[in-house]
Amino acid sequence: MSAAELWYALPLIVSVSLVYAATRYEPMEFIISHAIRTAVWLGGFMLIVTLVLWGLSAWLT
Amino acid sequence: MAKENDEIVVNLKDPAIAGVLAWLLPGAGHWYQHRRAKAVIFFVCIFGTFMYGMFLGEGRVVYAQWDGPEFRRYPFLCQAAVGLPSLPAVLLAWSGGESFFGTKWYVPPAIIGGKSPELDELHLRLNRRFELGTVFTMIAGLLNVLAIYDAVCGPAYSVARRSRKEGDASETGDGDEAGEGEHPQQHLADA
Repeated sequence: MSAAELWYALPLIVSVSLVYAATRYEPMEFIISHAIRTAVWLGGFMLIVTLVLWGLSAWLT
Repeated sequence: MAKENDEIVVNLKDPAIAGVLAWLLPGAGHWYQHRRAKAVIFFVCIFGTFMYGMFLGEGRVVYAQWDGPEFRRYPFLCQAAVGLPSLPAVLLAWSGGESFFGTKWYVPPAIIGGKSPELDELHLRLNRRFELGTVFTMIAGLLNVLAIYDAVCGPAYSVARRSRKEGDASETGDGDEAGEGEHPQQHLADA
């Protein structure tokens, strides 16, 4: 898998963050701020998992 | 700008109708409730994710098939939650149709003698885009489940905020938002 294919995650992160935030709050400003925090959390989590898997792969080969 | 102790009234109108509309078309239930901004968010995000998945899979990733243990299309259980955009798959599976307005969208791959060369060809040609398209459309369906819940019951933290106001700390949710006192009180209003 090439690094360019990680871009497929971007629309998913945006969609999931916005929809999740919108189901928790009604005012738009809270939806946006919660969506940004969720997106950062998701992106960070995926980055950590990617780095762990990449390190594991490099160590095993 | 909403501030602490602001009261936000969410008029859910008829939650049953809103729920059905939200299932039929992402955002339609919220539009019916005059929650227009959220309707646009849900429509763009959920319908957009679904259509992007369909684009990746060239329209062949959403189909209903339940033939024997090898050809059960479990992902469709999630995809069906998007409502109308996935319903042509049910109609085609039911009627045995082989085209959708002149295209192969939603058409289940043919099974011949317990095998499906057409499905093999799809996997070979689309490669990982078949799986990506499947995942995108599944996630769109699961997101619409959240949107339906929001149309029927309102925002998740309405009850928690009300409970906190009443001093019942045991009902303030999972603690995820602890300390975020700047959020408004949100109340649900009957039609």
